[in-house]
Amino acid sequence: MLPDAESLIERLLRQLRAHVSSETGMVGIVTGGAWLAERLHRSLGLATPLGRLDISFYRDDFDEAGLHHQVKPSQIPFDVQGRKILLVDDVLYTGRTVRAAMNELFDYGRPAAIELAVLVDRGGRELPIAAQYTGETVAVPPGKILVLDRDDNGALSLHLSDRRRERTTGDARR
Amino acid sequence: MNRNPQLDEKGALQHLLTIEGLPREILTHILDTAASFIGVADREVKKVPLLRGKSVFNLFFEPSTRTRTTFEIAAKRLSADVINLNIATSSQTKGETLLDTVDNLLAMHADMFVVRHAQSGAAHLIARHIGPRGHVINAGDGRHSHPTQGLLDMYTIRHYKRDFSRLSVAIVGDVLHSRVARSLIHALTTLGTPDVRVIGPKTLLPTGVERLGVREFHDLRRGIADCDVVVMLRVQNERMSGALLPSAQEFFKSWGLTAERLALAKPDAIVMHPGPLNRGVEIDSAVADGVQSVILAQVTFGIAVRMAAMSILAGN
Amino acid sequence: MKILIKNGRLIDPASGADERRDVYIAAGKIAAIGTAPAGFSPARTIDAKGLIVCPGLVDLAARLREPGFEYKATLESEMRAAVAGGVTSLACPPDTDPPLDEAGLVEMLTFRARSLNQARVYPVGALTLGLAGERLTEMAVLHDAGCVAFSQADTPVADTQVLWHAMQYASTLDFAVWLRPQDGYLSRDGVAHDGEVAARLGLPGIPAFAETIALSTILQLARACETRLHLCRLSTAEGVAMVRRAKAEGLKVTCDVAAHHVHLSEMDLGYFDSHCHLVPPLRSERDRDALRAGLADGTIDAICSDHAPVDEDAKQIPFGESEPGATALELLLSLALKWAQETKQPLAKALAMVTSRPAAVLGIEAGAIALGRAADIAVFDPEDHVRVTPEFLRSQGKNTPFLGYELPGRVRYTLVNGLVVHES
Repeated sequence: MLPDAESLIERLLRQLRAHVSSETGMVGIVTGGAWLAERLHRSLGLATPLGRLDISFYRDDFDEAGLHHQVKPSQIPFDVQGRKILLVDDVLYTGRTVRAAMNELFDYGRPAAIELAVLVDRGGRELPIAAQYTGETVAVPPGKILVLDRDDNGALSLHLSDRRRERTTGDARR
Repeated sequence: MNRNPQLDEKGALQHLLTIEGLPREILTHILDTAASFIGVADREVKKVPLLRGKSVFNLFFEPSTRTRTTFEIAAKRLSADVINLNIATSSQTKGETLLDTVDNLLAMHADMFVVRHAQSGAAHLIARHIGPRGHVINAGDGRHSHPTQGLLDMYTIRHYKRDFSRLSVAIVGDVLHSRVARSLIHALTTLGTPDVRVIGPKTLLPTGVERLGVREFHDLRRGIADCDVVVMLRVQNERMSGALLPSAQEFFKSWGLTAERLALAKPDAIVMHPGPLNRGVEIDSAVADGVQSVILAQVTFGIAVRMAAMSILAGN
Repeated sequence: MKILIKNGRLIDPASGADERRDVYIAAGKIAAIGTAPAGFSPARTIDAKGLIVCPGLVDLAARLREPGFEYKATLESEMRAAVAGGVTSLACPPDTDPPLDEAGLVEMLTFRARSLNQARVYPVGALTLGLAGERLTEMAVLHDAGCVAFSQADTPVADTQVLWHAMQYASTLDFAVWLRPQDGYLSRDGVAHDGEVAARLGLPGIPAFAETIALSTILQLARACETRLHLCRLSTAEGVAMVRRAKAEGLKVTCDVAAHHVHLSEMDLGYFDSHCHLVPPLRSERDRDALRAGLADGTIDAICSDHAPVDEDAKQIPFGESEPGATALELLLSLALKWAQETKQPLAKALAMVTSRPAAVLGIEAGAIALGRAADIAVFDPEDHVRVTPEFLRSQGKNTPFLGYELPGRVRYTLVNGLVVHES
């Protein structure tokens, strides 16, 4: 039984409130992380505009996976240099996505610190990466993928899938 | 032989040789990807690590500092290693053939070739030879094709006009010798542009150009009327004093773009040019530098489009 | 040596014969047809059951590449290719290096060819020295050396006054002049038909009127000079129409078409296939259809191979820089048969286009199976086919647009002068 995403968001918000300021630069990782970041950013009422990263150009599996899907431009509408960054993703798994996101962030400037907030930690790390803020730790059967979905009203929910979700809607490979 | 030599057996882009025959989705995919690369130039580090460890060979059998530089910048912003080879015909006259040269470079573990050659079909020849062993991007072959130029023109038009389905585009000048024009025509028709016109003297329009899906005009004023986009082609100097054209001045008199003639197009029409400009021959300085000119934007977009093409090929 | 070819279907277009007849050969000649001569005991009997027995093919244009271009092909390789294709007589154009413009060269070529004991070689002499279109060759001397006609091969005479005088002079001595109609200026730099495909691929074009303008000039000169004229390699619909009118008018003119042009068009260039880089260029499908119709109605007298072996390096370069030409000696029969099949023409008519009618153009005693004539014979299986691969081709040139094609007919035996020179 998967946890309810909306209650996990509440839980995350409670953890984050004490630790963010108007100076915090929040960055969501496309696609699920960006949805989550939008919700957190709004609820926390952060003054600094929300950033978005599409880590396609930084993935370590480019040689196998190629660049098939539609890439969304990364947007960091604030100065990264010397700022505290809160990186947001939906599911923390191997840690490779977070590694790619941090690499990309550093190409915008040298942040003072980076913290990581995730809705779900499903374990299975392949890199020494940990989240400072976690909605819940969940055990997922091997071979299954945990994905975040957003319905037409903007409500978020978690479910299990057999295949990796493309990080976008338009898949050029078909 | 009749399979599109640009696509692999799964229909993915293996080489980028010509716009002709490419499905609309591939063109759109390249343009969309290019949009993501635009922002890279504004960052502290103007590089992404996508092609790290890959070797891109700029194989220029015909000198062109300008085009070579844009490919070089694009490859470097993707973190590739770039090797520039300007092969004036020296090694070729020593008996080494074009394909010998390519074999040598393949032995040096080249991943991608950016090829410019004075002969139409040279990039196809190389791509056919290499097959799945590497990627070829045609950076201009004779009069035939210059696909990344065609794509950057599409990017530019889409940026300013959003939608191709209601556009009138005029292409003016030496269409006969122009690989830019051929790429542009194929790209525009593939993306659904309903009205593409070519304008020029009969000496500079190919026989049967209308079979490419364009309308032929000889009078600039009539051809340009109510257009959304005006693309001026470069007229090479050597064409302007022989049997094709009497002189540069005479060309300008009938087909040069002046502010007064541009006024016949739509008020928000944009003016494009693949460069380098021949001021006072095909285009008046006032127009080239005017508010409707997007010539410098084309150059900026060109880098992003070439980054997109390279990264999509390298990933296939 | 006495040979009997029995049980075959004999097709002799010259006499109109098409029936099951045995052919008796003795002393290099046809000794009898149908009934054995008294006391005939063959040293060899060829069972031609299910096969067609026809005159050895006569090819109006086959480049043997000697002298001068031995790296492309040699007399040995190309003569083997000829007989493998059932070709027993062939005319070779003068575009050797040096060109066939002096008697010594012609004598050497015919001597070399004769010593190989394969197909008969009929040199076509150069019309002008070095094919340069300036000074006339010693045509009478060249004729004595063995030249059957005079030609410029693929190099047009730019100076029409020189052409006029050359045709006058040849006419005086009743020598035939063979010309490929193409205006040198209009075709300058061109590598493909100036049409849809060249426009698309960005290849410099050769307009159709490069042929018809030259043709008009040549026909008017032939009329004025009363020259025996043979037109080589027609490629355009309008060209065929002009020849049709000239023949109707009574002009002494014949013409041929290259086998490639009967089947291919500009569309076959695909993505710059240099095997389709030919002279004249492959033209539109409309032109191709007109050439087929011209063969059917007799306007065109012959299909020739226009055999031009090219080394692979000269084709593995960009289309515009590649050397034009294709190897075709071994495909001539099959391509003629393919034309007949596709246009529903009688088999005998296709064979006439590669036997009796080109023999008549050449003015030689060949292209017929008749009593007392030299026994130059091809025996082929009309039901079998050949797959065109580099291994299949005996010619040193492996360059053909038909690579990979399956073509009808397979030559089983070729006889020259009553000797079996090829069998498979």
